[in-house]
Amino acid sequence: MGTIVQFFQAIPIDLLIIQTVNGIVTGMILALVASGLTLIFGIMDVVNFAHGELFMLGAYLGFVVFAATGSFWVALIAAALIVALLGAALQIVTLRPLIGRDPLNTILATFGISLVLQNYALWQFGPVVRKIPAPIEAQFTLFYLQYPWYRLLIALISAAIIGGFWLFLKHGKFGVWIRATAQDRVMAQAMGIPVPWVYTGVFAIGAAMAAASGVLFAPMAGVSHTMGLDWVLKAFIVVVVGGMGNLVGSVAAAIFISLLEAYATIFVDPSQAVIVSFVVLILTLLFRPTGLFVPTPK
Amino acid sequence: MTIAPIDKPSAMSLGRSRLSHTTVFWLVFCVVLVVLIAAPLVLTEFWRRFLTEVLIWGLLAMSSDLLIGYTGMISFGHSAFFGLGMYGAAGALITTHPPNLWLAILYGLAGAAGAALFVAFFSTRLRDIYFAITTLIFSQIFYVIIFTWTPVTGGENGLIFTRPHLSIPFLYDARFTSTTMHWFVLAVVTASYLMLRRITQSPFGMVLQSIRENEPRTRAIGYPVERYKIVAVMLSGLFAGLAGVLYAIQNQFAAPDFVYFITSGDTVIYNVMGGIGTLVGPILGAGFFHLLRELLARFLGDQFPYLIPLGVIFIVMIIFLPQGLLGFARRWLNR
Amino acid sequence: MSAAAATIAPLVTVDAVHTYYGKSHILHGVSIDIGPGEVVGLLGRNGVGKSTTLKTIMGLVQPSEGTVRLNGEAITGLPPHKLARRGIGYVPEDRRIFRFLTVMENLRTGLDRSGVDDAKRQMLLDKVFQFFPVLAERRTQPGGTLSGGEQQMLAIARAMMLEPKIVLLDEPTEGLMPRMVSQIRNIIEVLHKEGVAILLVEQNVPLTLEASQRVYIMEKGSVRHQCAASEIDIHHPIVKQYLGV
Repeated sequence: MGTIVQFFQAIPIDLLIIQTVNGIVTGMILALVASGLTLIFGIMDVVNFAHGELFMLGAYLGFVVFAATGSFWVALIAAALIVALLGAALQIVTLRPLIGRDPLNTILATFGISLVLQNYALWQFGPVVRKIPAPIEAQFTLFYLQYPWYRLLIALISAAIIGGFWLFLKHGKFGVWIRATAQDRVMAQAMGIPVPWVYTGVFAIGAAMAAASGVLFAPMAGVSHTMGLDWVLKAFIVVVVGGMGNLVGSVAAAIFISLLEAYATIFVDPSQAVIVSFVVLILTLLFRPTGLFVPTPK
Repeated sequence: MTIAPIDKPSAMSLGRSRLSHTTVFWLVFCVVLVVLIAAPLVLTEFWRRFLTEVLIWGLLAMSSDLLIGYTGMISFGHSAFFGLGMYGAAGALITTHPPNLWLAILYGLAGAAGAALFVAFFSTRLRDIYFAITTLIFSQIFYVIIFTWTPVTGGENGLIFTRPHLSIPFLYDARFTSTTMHWFVLAVVTASYLMLRRITQSPFGMVLQSIRENEPRTRAIGYPVERYKIVAVMLSGLFAGLAGVLYAIQNQFAAPDFVYFITSGDTVIYNVMGGIGTLVGPILGAGFFHLLRELLARFLGDQFPYLIPLGVIFIVMIIFLPQGLLGFARRWLNR
Repeated sequence: MSAAAATIAPLVTVDAVHTYYGKSHILHGVSIDIGPGEVVGLLGRNGVGKSTTLKTIMGLVQPSEGTVRLNGEAITGLPPHKLARRGIGYVPEDRRIFRFLTVMENLRTGLDRSGVDDAKRQMLLDKVFQFFPVLAERRTQPGGTLSGGEQQMLAIARAMMLEPKIVLLDEPTEGLMPRMVSQIRNIIEVLHKEGVAILLVEQNVPLTLEASQRVYIMEKGSVRHQCAASEIDIHHPIVKQYLGV
């Protein structure tokens, strides 16, 4: 017991707090990405392998719009809207014909879409990493670091988007439509709800969330055609750990995993810290396969 | 495809057509085999290696078909099995002098089996979508381990080694030429095909198919579904690992790229394009994919993102031709 | 098996419909019709295809042959949500209310459509709360917390929000206490007075004969008999033949 206490006391508290902040920031972006994913799965029963690519496309579009307008915020909104439309189009063309078929088919179809989108981005933009400057350059002093305000802003915006969407689901006509469709697709139709369009709308919203995350994240690490891959994997882990279709669970899982990883980087190299999320996944699958934060397995 | 009882009136005609069915199958089989044996003698070096590689990818795709086409489990984890087969073989070829072909195969299979056991244990408790996602994540786990454990796996750069001799104890020992390499790969792939065919047509294989058709009912009848799935994953992993070994021997390097989940994705593409549940279909799918890629590169230049039209074709096939190129022959091939 | 003489054009016609579930041939050329405002009963043992007939009308299942018409216009192949908007209400077996939505939200799924302004909304809600005061009491509770009988009322109320021309009722009294059964009887009466046509599928023969004007009797996927409800009672040999245990 004594050695454990000594172990933790050896970690400087300022490093701990810095990593906590880092963990929360990354966690919020991951939460936004994962929310879109779990939304699409929860309501449409579609595993969207192309989600990472929508994230990536959002970032690229943000870059293009930013270059044209000079405004980060216009870029953010434009990218989200364009990707939403693209998502809707993709859903109508490739996923609607597959409704009612074995879910295996949609996994494959979204995988195909991810291939096409990724290579399209590579073709159009090349392997050069693009940069979008942050809208706010100011920094504040966090212990011995100059910490960018922007990072906190990302966390706030992500939270706002998720929160806003949560409210939209709970109130409002479309929120009721979406929830009714998720619970009983057949009866929703029998009540006059245009279910195929609800699906398209949900996919578009999920895509928009992914795109927004991409733009928000871009100033932190640059835009490249592979950025989607790492995020989609983590997002899938988050979704499984949080309980598929569970919005609150995904957010909680995203922050939880990101915090653990941030703390892990105190001890190991970042490329190995990723193992933390794998361990969490394995433990979840072993002991609470329906989701870590889901109260009782139903 | 349900396993329907043969009813009496057609038993007579079935008896006759069954005889000719088997004959036709073996005839076609022999013809194709002869063509593939003769091929390296008439093809250029490039196409020789191309064909050999297609066969290797075909083997990988076949192993995946056991899961997707027969047991109804989509796995994105084959890159792990393939990769561990590759690295296992690399391990044998680097640590033993002189490098031994059979030891490489042994080590490779052992590595793949280990990965398969790990994946099987967790993943078989989960239903389709969860299984697909977790196999994907597991293959990434292996990727990260291989990528970061540089002292053992060579990390980012992978491992380079020399090719072993084609040595059949007491009979033959010489370097591989691209032709003998091709024949060796062909022999292994053919043997694997025959074994897999035997397996899928055995009672074990029938149970797998029944799991694919209706898992709850199969469980209700009393079959220990989880155990069957584990064995299916193990078998699939072994053949995938074998493909990895062949690839390592053919190309003399092992790289973490192959363990990245994209390889699994490619495998699934071969399966879908070729026709799931046919065993040979995926080999055709692999051939089709690589041929198309090669042609696109030749006519449209190296820079052309060949994966875009290929991806589109893939998606179109899922929507309109979910049975793949050979899917229509599935019933026929499985008799 | 000629259709009952109807001098008024029927509201809904099912014309020689064949429906399959996978390879099972469930409906073998079923033909029925329902006049505007008529209460028509559909009787038969379990598994003869009564529910499937309702589902075919509602577009939840596509027939392989035959046509379904609404006001003379063919509607076969139209998606259910379009049919709901054209005035077909569906109350399925086991109710299938949205368990995680509140009572009010359940009603909203039918209310939130074009052509319903605030005044009409209020009017419809008032009407339904008048018929089902218990729903008014529980309006903010999730549907899953209601009792079986209350859920049945909600299912019917929800369909009423669509202002349907015809309501397809699938075994509304199943599993309900006798007190609730008579309440359902009253609701059918009320709907009939409002001019809403009803196609009633029921195992409860006396209730059906009492509530309906005409009845069809089905067996093994086709219609075997039809007549005015007043022509037969539970002791009639036809009833014993097709509906007896």
